Amino acid sequence: MLLIDCPHCGPRAELEFSYGHEAHIERPKAPEALSDAEWADYLFLRDNTKGVILERWVHSHGCRRWFNVARDTVTYEILAVYPMGAEPPALERKTYV
Amino acid sequence: MAQSAPAAARSSQPFRLSEGGRIDRSRSLTFRFDDRELTGHPGDTLASALLANGVHLVGRSFKYHRPRGIVTAGAEEPNALVQVGRDPRTEPNVRATQLELFDGLGVSSQNRWPSLEFDVGGVNNLLSRFLPAGFYYKTFMWPAAAWETYEKAIRQAAGLGLAPSKPDPDHYDKTFAHCDLLVVGAGPAGLSAALTAARAGARVVVAEQDFLLGGDLLSDRTAKIDGRPALEWVAEAEAELRASDRVRILTRTICFAAYDHNFFALHERVTDHLAPADRPEGLPRHRLWKLRTKQAIFATGAIERPLVFRDNDRPGILLASAARSYLNRWGVRAGSEAVVFTGNDSGYATALDLKAVGVRVNAVVDLRAAAEGPLSEAAKAAGLRILAGHAVTGTEGDKRIARLRAAPLDADGKGVRGSGQEIACDLLVSSAGWSPTVHLHCQAKGSLAWDEAHACYLPDRSMQKGQAVIGSAAGAFGLASCLAGGEAAGREAAGALGLEAKASRKKTQAEDRDFLPMRQLYCVPSDKPLGQGGKHFVDQQNDVTAADLLLALREGYRSIEHVKRYTTTGMGTDQGKLGNLNAIGIVAERLGLPLPEVGVTTYRAPYTPVSFGAFAGRDVDALLDPVRTTPIHSWHERNGALFEDVGQWRRAWYYPKAGEDLHRAVAREVAATRETVGIMDATTLGKIEIVGPDAAELLNRVYTNAWSKLEVGRCRYGLMLKEDGMVMDDGVTSRLAEDRFLMTTTTGNAAPVLAHLEEWLQTEWPDLEVFLTSVTEQFATMTLSGPNARKLLAELCDLDLSTEAFPHMSWQEGSVAGVPARIFRISFTGELSYEINVPAGHGLSVWQALYRHGEKYGITPYGTEAMHVLRAEKGFIIVGQETDGSVTPLDLGMDWIVSKKKDFIGRRSLSRSDMADSGRKQLVGLLTQDPKVVLPEGGALVEAMRDATPVPMIGHVTSSYWSPNCERSIALALVKGGRARLGKTVLCPLEGGKTVPCTVVEPLFFDKEGDRLRA
Repeated sequence: MLLIDCPHCGPRAELEFSYGHEAHIERPKAPEALSDAEWADYLFLRDNTKGVILERWVHSHGCRRWFNVARDTVTYEILAVYPMGAEPPALERKTYV
Repeated sequence: MAQSAPAAARSSQPFRLSEGGRIDRSRSLTFRFDDRELTGHPGDTLASALLANGVHLVGRSFKYHRPRGIVTAGAEEPNALVQVGRDPRTEPNVRATQLELFDGLGVSSQNRWPSLEFDVGGVNNLLSRFLPAGFYYKTFMWPAAAWETYEKAIRQAAGLGLAPSKPDPDHYDKTFAHCDLLVVGAGPAGLSAALTAARAGARVVVAEQDFLLGGDLLSDRTAKIDGRPALEWVAEAEAELRASDRVRILTRTICFAAYDHNFFALHERVTDHLAPADRPEGLPRHRLWKLRTKQAIFATGAIERPLVFRDNDRPGILLASAARSYLNRWGVRAGSEAVVFTGNDSGYATALDLKAVGVRVNAVVDLRAAAEGPLSEAAKAAGLRILAGHAVTGTEGDKRIARLRAAPLDADGKGVRGSGQEIACDLLVSSAGWSPTVHLHCQAKGSLAWDEAHACYLPDRSMQKGQAVIGSAAGAFGLASCLAGGEAAGREAAGALGLEAKASRKKTQAEDRDFLPMRQLYCVPSDKPLGQGGKHFVDQQNDVTAADLLLALREGYRSIEHVKRYTTTGMGTDQGKLGNLNAIGIVAERLGLPLPEVGVTTYRAPYTPVSFGAFAGRDVDALLDPVRTTPIHSWHERNGALFEDVGQWRRAWYYPKAGEDLHRAVAREVAATRETVGIMDATTLGKIEIVGPDAAELLNRVYTNAWSKLEVGRCRYGLMLKEDGMVMDDGVTSRLAEDRFLMTTTTGNAAPVLAHLEEWLQTEWPDLEVFLTSVTEQFATMTLSGPNARKLLAELCDLDLSTEAFPHMSWQEGSVAGVPARIFRISFTGELSYEINVPAGHGLSVWQALYRHGEKYGITPYGTEAMHVLRAEKGFIIVGQETDGSVTPLDLGMDWIVSKKKDFIGRRSLSRSDMADSGRKQLVGLLTQDPKVVLPEGGALVEAMRDATPVPMIGHVTSSYWSPNCERSIALALVKGGRARLGKTVLCPLEGGKTVPCTVVEPLFFDKEGDRLRA
């Protein structure tokens, strides 16, 4: 069980949180202008990185705030926690073969 | 407590030594094994006490019902599994090697009928060549329809112990804990690490599966630390740790699982070792520890591997280390005439110890061409008969080994020369080498490296930070290495915690002995080809032989994971602790691959079985799940309501009067609501207050329709989609003020909708100034519905309720029965309806006032079932019933609520090409052509019946009821291209061959103009 350092509440067990999938996917400003393929890309297609991914979590059973996490999907190490809307911190974007 | 003279106790335990070991000979404990009454001593396990009494035969094997005995002295035991206690306080498959003896303990052997000594299932052994690997897969595959018959017979024959027949009468507990350092295993390495870290100031938890600390030192009669008996060092270490308030020692506690970020699960057996009368009131039987630590050290030791030779499973054949443990820790000799079979130096320790207490050691059969190593030399000096370069080629004996054959081994280890010599024995111990217990390291995704010299896997790199493996678990097989490794790891852990561990003034002195040199043979040859003249067991618990593994390879299996599943090797409760490496070695040899290329099967939690009770803890019965009730719940109970669970809410389902079933009660409730007035508790509907200057804008974005122009005092129905265009929720939202709305959600979706809105607000639209507050539980909500609703409410309310002053889809603030209330004129029944919200604490009194005043109108409380019928008559959907996450508003025929002018969540998805497909399932009504037939909900719909299956399905029934107001059955359904089928017939085939023809109609059955609603 991950130990997630909620920016508002401090380190808490994963079971207090809900997962929000990949971070930094912005909703298109003009959805009607997109082709079906472009809309599907926004809606369904996500990276499946073996290495560092940027993802969103929400402290559902705590402060109910959303935030971003940089996590290594191999070691599960959490490398950074940063607020919504912020740019991801500079990290070595380690990938594995 | 039975007290008897030590002399008498000894005489009743013929294989107990007169001195030595960690048992209390001054006290005797009486226990029962099947129908035999036996004695042992405090400090015994069931296994040691049985062996002290000369009992080796303890069970029958899983598949062949072969007689089986105790093999090990620990958690790795494959055979000695027993049933403890009496139903319902009974537990199957308990390892006798870990079951502590107490006075009055009663156990039964398993998998035998009618008795252990005479077992009918033993015929399977004679039939064994018809029971190969994969037997079930091959035999019971066809015909599939006969599986139900097979299954009963197989279930009867398979399995070992019996589950209790009643609920568990014991109670269990869970504990959360945090520490700086978790040390798993309290042998020399673990104790050394714990001491070092604790002295530096770390908060340490030491978990030990045994009831004594010391690990392998408990089984060693000669080990010395700093020139003194090693157990003196253990005692001092334990005393120092116990004296520290920073250290917690958990004995009888197995750390069975490693999870992410140094989170561990531990299973503590709190009272199992006590006689039932001595178990303290209030203590749980087991406790599940959920422990988060900053640093973890695995000092989990190593498990000796048995040699795989022909008929290696007879009672009286033990691991060499186990025989040594019974001798040195429990003062029990496991036989009178022993043979030691080894491929390394460590087997000689047992030979020497056995000889030292007077057991005749008839031979040491050594796979190695020459017996080398410190203990081998000592054995030579002691005059033991050593057969170097020999192999045991077979054993004989009915319920106990009686003799074996040993023959010279070929240089390549693939065959033997001649039929060899016969050696009598009642005890045969074997040692192939040692396998480090790397389970926790591997569960935590640590990697392994193959150590060719020791023929074992060693932990390589830890995947997670703050983890270390030490001692023999890390390949440090000598005592001095364990102590030094423990100290180094303890210091390193302390350093990582920011603490400083002082180097000890002098190095702890101890011998450092490895078990090398060794010769590894995964399968010991005999004078006949494998599988002939006897069996080479690899996994004794699941009765898997070396020949089974080769059969699997011949049949084309290659991956070790597939071989494992096909043969079931390593899939018993022992998870192959003894057999897995031998199995991998045998597979590698046959495939001609280096062993590491075959790989290892996955190490999964739990390390040893954990009781369901420990996982359940106190979350049983009423505490299993919270039950939410409304402020009016007690009234429903007093008035005979039956309840249904809607999520965690308990809602009144219907209110049967004497003699009424569901059907009659609902018919009465529905009719009364249409004819006079019904009252329903709607408190459970989700209520969210949406406040802020951008509240209307938020609604515009999350609902399909427009909200900016909704006036204060008015209500509007809304449909909420997910971004994929599928219906997520619906409900009525009312404008309380310019910047304030009250949203209602379906009962089950209250929390998901709030989370959905929060997610959009926080992640996508942080610029919107809106606050969301759940107020579901702050208000009690009751619905008055029916032609007399207005008249009744007017008696208790200070407002003008006329349609002109208070039209449909509006709300007003007033008082009801003297209580401030928000009254919403909205309707889910199609009748004139008022939803009355009052502060929750007033809910019951307002309900009672309405009911009292309503009695003269024949007011009728109605439950969720009647509500479903009433709304279905009107064709109103229920999210989750008419929708299933694949239904759009267009599919529901609700285009009228979908704005063409603005964007909203899910809008773009509605114009995807697939959404325009005329073959999509659409909501329609169904009228059975026989009006008396009520379709089953979920019933499949087809266009026409055909002889050939499958018959294409065109949809399914989503809601179906008897409608008292229509005086016929009605149904809603999702049907492919449904709107184009209006007036056409579809068929609903039922169980038993009957087919119900139905006419497709508009999904609206009652008061089509809606006059009653707006009355």
